[in-house]
Amino acid sequence: MADSTALASDLLEVSLGPQHPSTHGVFRMQTVLDGETIVKLKPVMGYLHRNHEQLGEQMTYIASFPFTDRLDYFCAMTNNLGLAIAIEKLAGIDVTERGEYIRVIMAELTRLVNHTAVTGFLLNDMGAFGTPLLYAFREREKILDLFEMASGSRMMCNYIRPGGVREDLPEGFLEQARRIVDDYPRFLDEFEALLTDNEIIRQRTERVGILPKELAVSAGVTGPMLRASGVDYDIRKVDGYSVYPRFPFKVPLGTVGDVYDRYYVRILEMRESVKILRQALKDIPGGPAISPKGAALTKAPRTFRPPKGDAYGRIEAPKGELGFYLVSDGSNQPWRYHIRAPSFINLTVLEDMCLGRKIADAIIILGAVDIVMGEVDR
Amino acid sequence: MIGMGVVKGMLVTLREFVGTYPWGRGMLRMLRIRPGSGLFTIEYPDVKQEHAERFRYFPFLVYDGTPDNLRCVACKICEQECPPKCIYIEPARDAEGRPVKAHGRTLPARFDIDTSICMSCRICVDVCPFDAIEMDNQYEIAAGDREQELLFDKEKLLRSAEYFEQIKPSEAAVVNQRLSAKAKKPA
Ligand code: SF4
Ligand code: SF4
Repeated sequence: MADSTALASDLLEVSLGPQHPSTHGVFRMQTVLDGETIVKLKPVMGYLHRNHEQLGEQMTYIASFPFTDRLDYFCAMTNNLGLAIAIEKLAGIDVTERGEYIRVIMAELTRLVNHTAVTGFLLNDMGAFGTPLLYAFREREKILDLFEMASGSRMMCNYIRPGGVREDLPEGFLEQARRIVDDYPRFLDEFEALLTDNEIIRQRTERVGILPKELAVSAGVTGPMLRASGVDYDIRKVDGYSVYPRFPFKVPLGTVGDVYDRYYVRILEMRESVKILRQALKDIPGGPAISPKGAALTKAPRTFRPPKGDAYGRIEAPKGELGFYLVSDGSNQPWRYHIRAPSFINLTVLEDMCLGRKIADAIIILGAVDIVMGEVDR
Repeated sequence: MIGMGVVKGMLVTLREFVGTYPWGRGMLRMLRIRPGSGLFTIEYPDVKQEHAERFRYFPFLVYDGTPDNLRCVACKICEQECPPKCIYIEPARDAEGRPVKAHGRTLPARFDIDTSICMSCRICVDVCPFDAIEMDNQYEIAAGDREQELLFDKEKLLRSAEYFEQIKPSEAAVVNQRLSAKAKKPA
Protein backbone atom coordinates (compact mmCIF):
# COMPACT_ATOMS: atom_id res chain seq x y z
CA MET A 1 0.00 0.00 0.00
CA ALA A 2 1.34 3.41 -0.93
CA ASP A 3 0.38 5.16 2.27
CA SER A 4 1.90 2.56 4.56
CA THR A 5 4.49 5.07 5.71
CA ALA A 6 1.71 7.27 6.98
CA LEU A 7 0.56 4.62 9.43
CA ALA A 8 1.35 4.99 13.07
CA SER A 9 4.22 2.73 13.94
CA ASP A 10 2.26 0.46 16.23
CA LEU A 11 -0.20 -0.59 13.52
CA LEU A 12 0.49 -3.69 11.52
CA GLU A 13 -0.59 -4.40 8.01
CA VAL A 14 -1.52 -7.98 7.26
CA SER A 15 -2.51 -9.17 3.85
CA LEU A 16 -4.67 -12.28 4.12
CA GLY A 17 -4.90 -14.19 0.88
CA PRO A 18 -5.33 -14.48 -2.06
CA GLN A 19 -3.79 -17.87 -1.37
CA HIS A 20 -5.10 -18.59 2.06
CA PRO A 21 -7.25 -21.56 3.05
CA SER A 22 -9.70 -19.42 4.97
CA THR A 23 -10.57 -17.02 2.18
CA HIS A 24 -12.70 -19.47 0.20
CA GLY A 25 -10.87 -19.08 -3.07
CA VAL A 26 -8.74 -16.30 -4.38
CA PHE A 27 -9.90 -13.45 -2.21
CA ARG A 28 -7.68 -11.04 -0.34
CA MET A 29 -8.37 -9.10 2.82
CA GLN A 30 -5.99 -6.27 3.37
CA THR A 31 -6.18 -5.63 7.07
CA VAL A 32 -4.62 -3.07 9.36
CA LEU A 33 -4.26 -4.36 12.88
CA ASP A 34 -3.76 -2.70 16.19
CA GLY A 35 -2.39 -5.60 18.15
CA GLU A 36 -4.92 -8.21 17.14
CA THR A 37 -7.80 -5.83 16.64
CA ILE A 38 -8.87 -4.88 13.17
CA VAL A 39 -8.90 -1.15 12.52
CA LYS A 40 -9.23 -1.33 8.77
CA LEU A 41 -10.14 -4.02 6.32
CA LYS A 42 -10.18 -3.73 2.60
CA PRO A 43 -11.52 -6.58 0.47
CA VAL A 44 -9.50 -7.05 -2.70
CA MET A 45 -11.11 -9.08 -5.43
CA GLY A 46 -10.89 -9.72 -9.12
CA TYR A 47 -8.43 -12.59 -9.11
CA LEU A 48 -10.98 -14.90 -10.65
CA HIS A 49 -12.41 -12.49 -13.19
CA ARG A 50 -13.39 -14.40 -16.33
CA ASN A 51 -15.20 -11.78 -18.34
CA HIS A 52 -18.42 -13.70 -18.05
CA GLU A 53 -20.76 -10.82 -18.86
CA GLN A 54 -18.84 -9.70 -21.93
CA LEU A 55 -18.62 -13.28 -23.15
CA GLY A 56 -22.35 -13.63 -22.72
CA GLU A 57 -22.89 -10.67 -25.02
CA GLN A 58 -21.00 -12.44 -27.76
CA MET A 59 -22.88 -15.69 -27.86
CA THR A 60 -26.47 -16.86 -28.12
CA TYR A 61 -28.75 -16.74 -25.12
CA ILE A 62 -28.64 -20.49 -24.63
CA ALA A 63 -24.86 -20.71 -24.91
CA SER A 64 -24.56 -18.71 -21.69
CA PHE A 65 -26.18 -21.46 -19.63
CA PRO A 66 -23.12 -23.67 -19.22
CA PHE A 67 -21.18 -20.58 -18.20
CA THR A 68 -23.66 -19.70 -15.47
CA ASP A 69 -22.94 -23.11 -13.93
CA ARG A 70 -19.52 -21.77 -13.23
CA LEU A 71 -20.65 -18.64 -11.41
CA ASP A 72 -21.51 -20.07 -8.04
CA TYR A 73 -20.32 -23.60 -8.65
CA PHE A 74 -22.12 -24.91 -5.58
CA CYS A 75 -25.46 -23.87 -6.98
CA ALA A 76 -25.45 -24.53 -10.72
CA MET A 77 -29.16 -25.27 -10.76
CA THR A 78 -30.28 -21.97 -9.29
CA ASN A 79 -27.92 -20.07 -11.57
CA ASN A 80 -29.51 -21.76 -14.57
CA LEU A 81 -32.92 -20.95 -13.17
CA GLY A 82 -32.15 -17.23 -12.81
CA LEU A 83 -31.09 -16.89 -16.43
CA ALA A 84 -34.00 -18.99 -17.64
CA ILE A 85 -36.47 -16.75 -15.81
CA ALA A 86 -34.88 -13.61 -17.30
CA ILE A 87 -35.11 -15.05 -20.83
CA GLU A 88 -38.69 -16.12 -20.26
CA LYS A 89 -39.58 -12.59 -19.19
CA LEU A 90 -37.80 -11.13 -22.18
CA ALA A 91 -39.45 -13.34 -24.77
CA GLY A 92 -42.68 -14.27 -23.04
CA ILE A 93 -42.15 -18.01 -22.86
CA ASP A 94 -44.50 -20.17 -20.82
CA VAL A 95 -43.27 -22.89 -18.52
CA THR A 96 -45.02 -26.20 -18.25
CA GLU A 97 -46.47 -27.27 -14.95
CA ARG A 98 -44.15 -30.24 -14.58
CA GLY A 99 -41.22 -28.06 -15.57
CA GLU A 100 -42.03 -25.66 -12.74
CA TYR A 101 -42.13 -28.46 -10.19
CA ILE A 102 -38.85 -29.93 -11.37
CA ARG A 103 -37.32 -26.48 -11.09
CA VAL A 104 -38.54 -26.00 -7.55
CA ILE A 105 -37.24 -29.44 -6.58
CA MET A 106 -33.85 -28.68 -8.08
CA ALA A 107 -33.69 -25.22 -6.53
CA GLU A 108 -34.49 -26.48 -3.06
CA LEU A 109 -32.06 -29.38 -3.34
CA THR A 110 -29.47 -26.80 -4.31
CA ARG A 111 -30.32 -24.81 -1.20
CA LEU A 112 -29.71 -27.91 0.91
CA VAL A 113 -26.37 -28.48 -0.81
CA ASN A 114 -25.28 -24.90 -0.37
CA HIS A 115 -26.33 -24.42 3.24
CA THR A 116 -24.91 -27.77 4.32
CA ALA A 117 -21.60 -27.01 2.68
CA VAL A 118 -21.34 -23.48 4.01
CA THR A 119 -22.06 -24.64 7.55
CA GLY A 120 -19.36 -27.27 7.22
CA PHE A 121 -16.91 -24.70 5.92
CA LEU A 122 -17.80 -22.31 8.71
CA LEU A 123 -16.73 -24.94 11.20
CA ASN A 124 -13.55 -25.43 9.25
CA ASP A 125 -12.88 -21.72 9.59
CA MET A 126 -13.38 -21.98 13.32
CA GLY A 127 -10.67 -24.60 13.51
CA ALA A 128 -12.76 -27.77 13.64
CA PHE A 129 -10.87 -29.18 10.71
CA GLY A 130 -12.51 -31.83 8.67
CA THR A 131 -15.05 -33.61 10.77
CA PRO A 132 -18.18 -31.43 10.42
CA LEU A 133 -17.20 -30.52 6.87
CA LEU A 134 -16.98 -34.15 5.87
CA TYR A 135 -20.32 -34.95 7.47
CA ALA A 136 -21.73 -32.08 5.42
CA PHE A 137 -20.05 -33.26 2.25
CA ARG A 138 -21.32 -36.77 2.77
CA GLU A 139 -24.91 -35.48 2.62
CA ARG A 140 -24.08 -33.18 -0.25
CA GLU A 141 -22.76 -36.15 -2.16
CA LYS A 142 -26.14 -37.85 -2.06
CA ILE A 143 -27.85 -34.82 -3.57
CA LEU A 144 -25.14 -34.46 -6.20
CA ASP A 145 -25.92 -38.04 -7.20
CA LEU A 146 -29.47 -36.88 -7.85
CA PHE A 147 -28.21 -34.03 -10.00
CA GLU A 148 -26.09 -36.46 -11.95
CA MET A 149 -29.08 -38.68 -12.52
CA ALA A 150 -31.17 -35.85 -13.92
CA SER A 151 -28.68 -33.67 -15.72
CA GLY A 152 -25.64 -35.86 -16.33
CA SER A 153 -23.29 -33.78 -14.28
CA ARG A 154 -22.82 -33.36 -10.57
CA MET A 155 -21.88 -29.72 -10.44
CA MET A 156 -21.96 -28.24 -13.94
CA CYS A 157 -25.57 -29.23 -14.47
CA ASN A 158 -26.63 -27.03 -17.40
CA TYR A 159 -30.11 -28.43 -16.91
CA ILE A 160 -32.74 -25.72 -16.73
CA ARG A 161 -33.87 -24.07 -19.93
CA PRO A 162 -36.38 -21.36 -20.77
CA GLY A 163 -39.75 -23.08 -20.80
CA GLY A 164 -38.83 -25.90 -18.45
CA VAL A 165 -35.89 -28.24 -18.15
CA ARG A 166 -33.71 -29.80 -20.82
CA GLU A 167 -34.70 -33.42 -20.23
CA ASP A 168 -37.44 -34.94 -18.15
CA LEU A 169 -36.49 -36.65 -14.91
CA PRO A 170 -35.12 -40.16 -15.38
CA GLU A 171 -36.81 -43.21 -14.02
CA GLY A 172 -36.31 -43.75 -10.32
CA PHE A 173 -35.40 -40.14 -9.64
CA LEU A 174 -38.45 -39.27 -7.60
CA GLU A 175 -38.15 -42.37 -5.42
CA GLN A 176 -34.51 -41.72 -4.67
CA ALA A 177 -35.16 -38.04 -4.06
CA ARG A 178 -37.96 -38.89 -1.61
CA ARG A 179 -35.68 -41.26 0.26
CA ILE A 180 -32.96 -38.66 0.59
CA VAL A 181 -35.32 -35.86 1.54
CA ASP A 182 -37.05 -38.01 4.14
CA ASP A 183 -33.71 -38.85 5.67
CA TYR A 184 -32.47 -35.29 5.68
CA PRO A 185 -34.06 -34.07 8.93
CA ARG A 186 -32.20 -36.82 10.76
CA PHE A 187 -28.93 -35.53 9.42
CA LEU A 188 -29.92 -32.02 10.45
CA ASP A 189 -30.70 -33.25 13.95
CA GLU A 190 -27.30 -34.86 14.14
CA PHE A 191 -25.63 -31.76 12.78
CA GLU A 192 -27.42 -29.66 15.35
CA ALA A 193 -26.50 -32.01 18.18
CA LEU A 194 -22.94 -31.55 17.07
CA LEU A 195 -23.06 -27.80 16.71
CA THR A 196 -26.02 -25.78 17.91
CA ASP A 197 -25.42 -26.00 21.65
CA ASN A 198 -21.72 -26.49 21.46
CA GLU A 199 -20.22 -23.99 23.92
CA ILE A 200 -17.11 -23.41 21.86
CA ILE A 201 -19.14 -22.54 18.81
CA ARG A 202 -21.46 -20.28 20.74
CA GLN A 203 -18.57 -18.40 22.25
CA ARG A 204 -16.87 -18.00 18.93
CA THR A 205 -19.95 -16.85 17.06
CA GLU A 206 -22.39 -15.13 19.38
CA ARG A 207 -22.33 -11.34 19.15
CA VAL A 208 -19.55 -11.58 16.59
CA GLY A 209 -19.83 -9.69 13.34
CA ILE A 210 -23.14 -8.04 14.08
CA LEU A 211 -24.83 -6.58 11.04
CA PRO A 212 -27.50 -4.06 12.05
CA LYS A 213 -30.81 -4.17 10.24
CA GLU A 214 -30.55 -0.67 8.80
CA LEU A 215 -27.07 -1.21 7.39
CA ALA A 216 -28.06 -4.55 5.92
CA VAL A 217 -30.99 -2.98 4.10
CA SER A 218 -29.16 0.10 2.87
CA ALA A 219 -26.18 -1.94 1.65
CA GLY A 220 -28.44 -4.18 -0.40
CA VAL A 221 -27.56 -7.34 1.50
CA THR A 222 -29.90 -10.20 0.66
CA GLY A 223 -30.43 -13.82 1.44
CA PRO A 224 -29.81 -15.61 4.74
CA MET A 225 -27.54 -12.76 5.87
CA LEU A 226 -30.35 -10.23 5.62
CA ARG A 227 -32.81 -12.55 7.30
CA ALA A 228 -30.35 -13.27 10.12
CA SER A 229 -30.45 -9.53 10.80
CA GLY A 230 -34.19 -9.81 11.26
CA VAL A 231 -35.52 -8.47 7.97
CA ASP A 232 -38.36 -10.54 6.56
CA TYR A 233 -37.46 -10.54 2.91
CA ASP A 234 -37.48 -13.65 0.81
CA ILE A 235 -37.99 -13.32 -2.94
CA ARG A 236 -39.78 -16.65 -3.02
CA LYS A 237 -42.47 -14.92 -0.92
CA VAL A 238 -42.15 -11.37 -2.26
CA ASP A 239 -42.25 -12.20 -5.96
CA GLY A 240 -43.97 -15.55 -5.65
CA TYR A 241 -42.24 -16.73 -8.80
CA SER A 242 -42.59 -20.22 -10.22
CA VAL A 243 -44.99 -22.34 -8.15
CA TYR A 244 -43.65 -21.26 -4.77
CA PRO A 245 -46.94 -19.69 -3.61
CA ARG A 246 -48.41 -23.20 -3.54
CA PHE A 247 -46.08 -24.33 -0.80
CA PRO A 248 -46.60 -23.23 2.77
CA PHE A 249 -43.23 -22.46 4.27
CA LYS A 250 -41.92 -20.09 6.89
CA VAL A 251 -39.15 -17.56 6.48
CA PRO A 252 -36.85 -18.05 9.46
CA LEU A 253 -35.50 -14.83 10.94
CA GLY A 254 -32.61 -14.05 13.22
CA THR A 255 -32.72 -11.55 16.07
CA VAL A 256 -29.20 -10.29 16.64
CA GLY A 257 -27.65 -10.54 13.19
CA ASP A 258 -24.43 -12.12 14.40
CA VAL A 259 -22.55 -15.09 12.97
CA TYR A 260 -24.50 -17.50 15.14
CA ASP A 261 -27.80 -16.23 13.73
CA ARG A 262 -26.47 -16.61 10.24
CA TYR A 263 -25.57 -20.19 11.00
CA TYR A 264 -28.87 -20.95 12.64
CA VAL A 265 -31.03 -19.26 10.03
CA ARG A 266 -29.43 -21.53 7.45
CA ILE A 267 -30.23 -24.62 9.49
CA LEU A 268 -33.85 -23.51 9.83
CA GLU A 269 -34.04 -22.69 6.14
CA MET A 270 -32.92 -26.21 5.34
CA ARG A 271 -35.77 -27.55 7.45
CA GLU A 272 -38.21 -25.40 5.49
CA SER A 273 -36.66 -26.57 2.22
CA VAL A 274 -37.24 -30.15 3.28
CA LYS A 275 -40.92 -29.28 3.80
CA ILE A 276 -41.18 -27.71 0.34
CA LEU A 277 -39.40 -30.67 -1.21
CA ARG A 278 -41.66 -33.20 0.47
CA GLN A 279 -44.73 -31.51 -0.92
CA ALA A 280 -43.28 -30.89 -4.35
CA LEU A 281 -42.17 -34.50 -4.68
CA LYS A 282 -45.66 -35.57 -3.70
CA ASP A 283 -47.60 -33.18 -5.95
CA ILE A 284 -45.44 -33.25 -9.07
CA PRO A 285 -47.79 -33.57 -12.07
CA GLY A 286 -47.17 -35.45 -15.30
CA GLY A 287 -46.97 -33.92 -18.75
CA PRO A 288 -44.12 -32.44 -20.72
CA ALA A 289 -41.11 -31.04 -18.88
CA ILE A 290 -40.56 -28.24 -21.37
CA SER A 291 -42.91 -26.10 -23.42
CA PRO A 292 -42.78 -26.36 -27.24
CA LYS A 293 -41.26 -22.90 -27.58
CA GLY A 294 -38.58 -23.73 -25.04
CA ALA A 295 -37.81 -27.04 -26.72
CA ALA A 296 -37.48 -25.30 -30.09
CA LEU A 297 -34.97 -22.79 -28.85
CA THR A 298 -32.97 -25.43 -27.02
CA LYS A 299 -32.69 -27.28 -30.31
CA ALA A 300 -31.74 -24.23 -32.37
CA PRO A 301 -30.27 -21.49 -30.16
CA ARG A 302 -29.10 -19.43 -33.12
CA THR A 303 -32.60 -18.83 -34.42
CA PHE A 304 -33.88 -17.45 -31.13
CA ARG A 305 -34.34 -13.70 -31.45
CA PRO A 306 -36.27 -12.17 -28.58
CA PRO A 307 -38.07 -8.88 -29.30
CA LYS A 308 -36.36 -5.58 -28.54
CA GLY A 309 -36.53 -4.65 -24.90
CA ASP A 310 -35.08 -5.50 -21.54
CA ALA A 311 -35.92 -7.81 -18.67
CA TYR A 312 -34.68 -8.43 -15.17
CA GLY A 313 -35.26 -11.90 -13.79
CA ARG A 314 -34.45 -12.57 -10.16
CA ILE A 315 -34.68 -15.51 -7.83
CA GLU A 316 -33.94 -16.29 -4.23
CA ALA A 317 -30.70 -18.17 -4.71
CA PRO A 318 -29.22 -19.88 -1.65
CA LYS A 319 -26.87 -16.92 -1.23
CA GLY A 320 -29.38 -14.14 -1.81
CA GLU A 321 -30.98 -12.27 -4.66
CA LEU A 322 -29.54 -13.55 -7.89
CA GLY A 323 -30.61 -11.37 -10.79
CA PHE A 324 -29.99 -11.46 -14.51
CA TYR A 325 -30.50 -8.31 -16.52
CA LEU A 326 -30.83 -8.74 -20.26
CA VAL A 327 -31.17 -6.10 -22.95
CA SER A 328 -32.15 -7.34 -26.37
CA ASP A 329 -31.65 -5.44 -29.62
CA GLY A 330 -33.63 -7.99 -31.56
CA SER A 331 -30.63 -10.07 -32.59
CA ASN A 332 -29.77 -13.53 -31.37
CA GLN A 333 -27.24 -12.27 -28.87
CA PRO A 334 -27.98 -10.13 -25.83
CA TRP A 335 -26.92 -6.52 -26.25
CA ARG A 336 -26.28 -6.28 -22.55
CA TYR A 337 -26.01 -9.12 -20.08
CA HIS A 338 -25.55 -8.26 -16.45
CA ILE A 339 -25.59 -10.37 -13.31
CA ARG A 340 -26.45 -9.20 -9.85
CA ALA A 341 -24.36 -11.58 -7.81
CA PRO A 342 -25.56 -11.92 -4.21
CA SER A 343 -22.27 -12.87 -2.61
CA PHE A 344 -20.51 -9.92 -4.24
CA ILE A 345 -22.97 -7.46 -2.77
CA ASN A 346 -23.09 -9.22 0.59
CA LEU A 347 -19.34 -8.86 0.75
CA THR A 348 -19.51 -5.06 0.74
CA VAL A 349 -20.43 -4.95 4.43
CA LEU A 350 -17.45 -7.07 5.46
CA GLU A 351 -15.46 -4.19 6.89
CA ASP A 352 -18.38 -2.88 8.93
CA MET A 353 -18.82 -6.27 10.54
CA CYS A 354 -15.13 -6.79 11.24
CA LEU A 355 -14.09 -3.43 12.68
CA GLY A 356 -13.06 -3.66 16.29
CA ARG A 357 -13.03 -7.43 16.26
CA LYS A 358 -10.02 -9.70 16.52
CA ILE A 359 -8.35 -10.96 13.36
CA ALA A 360 -9.47 -14.52 14.07
CA ASP A 361 -13.08 -13.31 14.02
CA ALA A 362 -12.64 -11.88 10.53
CA ILE A 363 -12.15 -15.39 9.22
CA ILE A 364 -15.45 -16.69 10.56
CA ILE A 365 -17.30 -13.49 9.67
CA LEU A 366 -16.15 -13.98 6.11
CA GLY A 367 -17.09 -17.64 6.32
CA ALA A 368 -20.61 -16.76 7.44
CA VAL A 369 -21.08 -14.31 4.56
CA ASP A 370 -20.98 -17.37 2.33
CA ILE A 371 -19.03 -16.33 -0.73
CA VAL A 372 -17.99 -18.26 -3.78
CA MET A 373 -15.36 -16.43 -5.72
CA GLY A 374 -16.66 -17.70 -9.04
CA GLU A 375 -19.70 -15.55 -8.44
CA VAL A 376 -18.02 -12.57 -6.77
CA ASP A 377 -15.58 -12.03 -9.63
CA ARG A 378 -17.53 -13.43 -12.55
CA MET B 1 -24.30 -27.01 32.34
CA ILE B 2 -21.25 -25.67 30.61
CA GLY B 3 -19.55 -28.31 28.57
CA MET B 4 -22.61 -30.43 27.95
CA GLY B 5 -22.91 -29.19 24.37
CA VAL B 6 -19.36 -30.24 23.64
CA VAL B 7 -19.93 -33.66 25.21
CA LYS B 8 -23.07 -34.12 23.13
CA GLY B 9 -21.15 -33.23 19.99
CA MET B 10 -18.39 -35.65 20.90
CA LEU B 11 -20.95 -38.41 21.26
CA VAL B 12 -22.10 -37.75 17.71
CA THR B 13 -18.58 -38.07 16.37
CA LEU B 14 -17.97 -41.15 18.48
CA ARG B 15 -21.10 -42.79 17.10
CA GLU B 16 -20.09 -41.96 13.55
CA PHE B 17 -16.61 -43.31 14.20
CA VAL B 18 -17.78 -46.58 15.66
CA GLY B 19 -20.34 -46.87 12.88
CA THR B 20 -17.64 -46.99 10.21
CA TYR B 21 -16.65 -50.48 11.39
CA PRO B 22 -18.87 -53.49 10.72
CA TRP B 23 -18.55 -54.67 14.34
CA GLY B 24 -19.35 -51.15 15.46
CA ARG B 25 -22.55 -51.02 13.44
CA GLY B 26 -23.71 -54.24 15.02
CA MET B 27 -22.90 -52.92 18.45
CA LEU B 28 -24.75 -49.67 17.89
CA ARG B 29 -27.81 -51.52 16.68
CA MET B 30 -27.69 -53.73 19.76
CA LEU B 31 -27.64 -50.61 21.92
CA ARG B 32 -30.55 -49.29 19.84
CA ILE B 33 -28.51 -46.36 18.53
CA ARG B 34 -28.94 -45.40 14.89
CA PRO B 35 -25.56 -45.80 13.23
CA GLY B 36 -24.50 -43.06 10.85
CA SER B 37 -24.04 -43.64 7.17
CA GLY B 38 -21.00 -45.79 7.77
CA LEU B 39 -18.13 -45.89 5.36
CA PHE B 40 -18.83 -43.61 2.46
CA THR B 41 -15.62 -43.42 0.51
CA ILE B 42 -14.45 -45.83 -2.16
CA GLU B 43 -10.91 -46.84 -3.02
CA TYR B 44 -10.53 -45.39 -6.49
CA PRO B 45 -8.98 -46.63 -8.82
CA ASP B 46 -9.43 -50.16 -7.45
CA VAL B 47 -13.13 -49.55 -7.03
CA LYS B 48 -14.98 -47.33 -9.43
CA GLN B 49 -18.14 -45.46 -8.82
CA GLU B 50 -21.30 -46.43 -10.62
CA HIS B 51 -22.46 -43.57 -12.78
CA ALA B 52 -25.94 -42.55 -13.72
CA GLU B 53 -26.87 -43.29 -17.29
CA ARG B 54 -26.91 -39.63 -18.20
CA PHE B 55 -23.44 -39.02 -16.83
CA ARG B 56 -21.62 -37.09 -19.51
CA TYR B 57 -18.04 -36.34 -20.22
CA PHE B 58 -16.80 -35.68 -23.75
CA PRO B 59 -18.68 -36.06 -27.01
CA PHE B 60 -18.08 -38.82 -29.53
CA LEU B 61 -19.20 -39.39 -33.13
CA VAL B 62 -21.59 -42.22 -33.86
CA TYR B 63 -21.23 -44.53 -36.86
CA ASP B 64 -23.52 -47.31 -38.06
CA GLY B 65 -21.89 -50.58 -39.02
CA THR B 66 -18.54 -49.59 -40.50
CA PRO B 67 -16.44 -46.66 -39.24
CA ASP B 68 -16.73 -44.82 -42.56
CA ASN B 69 -20.51 -44.71 -42.27
CA LEU B 70 -20.67 -41.70 -39.99
CA ARG B 71 -24.00 -40.19 -39.13
CA CYS B 72 -22.43 -36.74 -39.21
CA VAL B 73 -23.02 -34.75 -42.40
CA ALA B 74 -20.53 -31.98 -41.60
CA CYS B 75 -23.31 -29.39 -41.38
CA LYS B 76 -21.25 -27.44 -38.85
CA ILE B 77 -24.21 -26.61 -36.64
CA CYS B 78 -22.50 -27.95 -33.56
CA GLU B 79 -19.34 -26.07 -34.45
CA GLN B 80 -21.28 -22.81 -34.43
CA GLU B 81 -23.28 -23.50 -31.30
CA CYS B 82 -20.51 -24.89 -29.11
CA PRO B 83 -20.08 -22.15 -26.48
CA PRO B 84 -16.28 -22.30 -26.09
CA LYS B 85 -15.85 -23.08 -29.82
CA CYS B 86 -13.76 -26.20 -29.38
CA ILE B 87 -15.06 -28.09 -32.43
CA TYR B 88 -13.38 -27.78 -35.81
CA ILE B 89 -14.95 -29.35 -38.90
CA GLU B 90 -13.85 -29.56 -42.52
CA PRO B 91 -16.28 -31.20 -44.93
CA ALA B 92 -14.79 -33.60 -47.48
CA ARG B 93 -14.02 -31.81 -50.79
CA ASP B 94 -12.41 -32.96 -53.98
CA ALA B 95 -9.61 -31.08 -55.77
CA GLU B 96 -12.04 -28.57 -57.32
CA GLY B 97 -13.65 -27.82 -54.01
CA ARG B 98 -16.88 -29.68 -54.69
CA PRO B 99 -18.32 -31.68 -51.83
CA VAL B 100 -17.51 -35.37 -51.94
CA LYS B 101 -20.39 -37.66 -51.15
CA ALA B 102 -20.28 -41.07 -49.54
CA HIS B 103 -23.28 -43.08 -48.38
CA GLY B 104 -25.40 -40.34 -49.94
CA ARG B 105 -24.07 -37.51 -47.82
CA THR B 106 -21.06 -35.31 -47.29
CA LEU B 107 -18.86 -36.65 -44.56
CA PRO B 108 -16.47 -34.58 -42.53
CA ALA B 109 -12.86 -34.87 -43.69
CA ARG B 110 -11.76 -33.43 -40.42
CA PHE B 111 -13.61 -33.37 -37.15
CA ASP B 112 -11.58 -32.22 -34.16
CA ILE B 113 -12.66 -31.58 -30.62
CA ASP B 114 -10.19 -29.96 -28.31
CA THR B 115 -11.03 -31.74 -25.09
CA SER B 116 -8.81 -29.42 -23.09
CA ILE B 117 -11.33 -26.68 -23.93
CA CYS B 118 -14.58 -28.65 -24.09
CA MET B 119 -16.63 -28.07 -20.96
CA SER B 120 -18.90 -31.11 -21.30
CA CYS B 121 -22.00 -28.97 -21.63
CA ARG B 122 -23.88 -31.25 -24.05
CA ILE B 123 -25.07 -28.37 -26.24
CA CYS B 124 -23.58 -30.00 -29.35
CA VAL B 125 -25.74 -33.07 -28.70
CA ASP B 126 -28.84 -30.94 -28.17
CA VAL B 127 -28.42 -29.05 -31.44
CA CYS B 128 -27.31 -31.82 -33.80
CA PRO B 129 -30.26 -32.51 -36.13
CA PHE B 130 -28.88 -35.92 -37.16
CA ASP B 131 -28.17 -37.47 -33.74
CA ALA B 132 -24.61 -37.86 -34.94
CA ILE B 133 -22.85 -36.76 -31.81
CA GLU B 134 -23.39 -38.11 -28.30
CA MET B 135 -21.80 -37.80 -24.88
CA ASP B 136 -19.35 -40.44 -23.71
CA ASN B 137 -18.97 -41.46 -20.09
CA GLN B 138 -15.30 -42.35 -20.33
CA TYR B 139 -13.54 -40.02 -17.92
CA GLU B 140 -10.03 -41.39 -17.58
CA ILE B 141 -8.37 -39.44 -20.34
CA ALA B 142 -5.47 -37.89 -18.46
CA ALA B 143 -2.63 -37.23 -20.87
CA GLY B 144 0.92 -36.07 -20.66
CA ASP B 145 0.68 -33.59 -23.46
CA ARG B 146 -2.04 -31.04 -23.96
CA GLU B 147 -1.52 -30.13 -27.61
CA GLN B 148 -1.27 -33.61 -29.09
CA GLU B 149 -3.12 -36.05 -26.89
CA LEU B 150 -6.05 -33.93 -25.78
CA LEU B 151 -6.91 -32.75 -29.26
CA PHE B 152 -9.23 -35.56 -30.33
CA ASP B 153 -9.42 -36.05 -34.10
CA LYS B 154 -12.07 -37.91 -36.04
CA GLU B 155 -10.46 -41.33 -35.56
CA LYS B 156 -10.28 -40.83 -31.83
CA LEU B 157 -13.88 -39.67 -31.61
CA LEU B 158 -15.46 -42.57 -33.51
CA ARG B 159 -17.71 -44.94 -31.59
CA SER B 160 -20.14 -47.48 -32.94
CA ALA B 161 -23.89 -47.18 -32.53
CA GLU B 162 -23.74 -50.40 -30.47
CA TYR B 163 -21.39 -48.75 -28.01
CA PHE B 164 -23.88 -45.91 -27.63
CA GLU B 165 -26.70 -48.38 -27.05
CA GLN B 166 -24.59 -50.11 -24.47
CA ILE B 167 -23.65 -47.09 -22.37
CA LYS B 168 -26.93 -45.21 -22.68
CA PRO B 169 -29.68 -47.72 -23.39
CA SER B 170 -32.71 -45.54 -22.74
CA GLU B 171 -31.31 -42.52 -24.54
CA ALA B 172 -30.33 -44.68 -27.52
CA ALA B 173 -33.83 -46.14 -27.65
CA VAL B 174 -35.29 -42.64 -28.08
CA VAL B 175 -32.71 -41.75 -30.72
CA ASN B 176 -33.28 -44.98 -32.65
CA GLN B 177 -37.00 -44.40 -32.64
CA ARG B 178 -36.51 -40.90 -34.01
CA LEU B 179 -34.12 -42.12 -36.69
CA SER B 180 -36.36 -44.91 -37.90
CA ALA B 181 -39.32 -42.51 -38.05
CA LYS B 182 -37.17 -40.20 -40.18
CA ALA B 183 -36.08 -43.03 -42.47
CA LYS B 184 -39.70 -43.94 -43.13
CA LYS B 185 -40.87 -40.43 -43.95
CA PRO B 186 -39.63 -39.96 -47.56
CA ALA B 187 -40.99 -43.38 -48.58
S1 SF4 C 1 -22.19 -33.62 -35.43
FE1 SF4 C 1 -24.28 -33.11 -36.03
S2 SF4 C 1 -24.37 -30.89 -35.89
FE2 SF4 C 1 -22.22 -31.42 -35.87
S3 SF4 C 1 -21.60 -31.27 -38.01
FE3 SF4 C 1 -22.14 -33.40 -37.65
S4 SF4 C 1 -24.30 -33.55 -38.25
FE4 SF4 C 1 -23.83 -31.36 -38.02
S1 SF4 D 1 -19.94 -30.59 -24.94
FE1 SF4 D 1 -20.17 -28.35 -25.11
S2 SF4 D 1 -18.09 -27.58 -25.07
FE2 SF4 D 1 -17.93 -29.76 -25.52
S3 SF4 D 1 -17.90 -29.90 -27.74
FE3 SF4 D 1 -20.04 -30.09 -27.12
S4 SF4 D 1 -20.86 -28.02 -27.23
FE4 SF4 D 1 -18.63 -27.84 -27.23
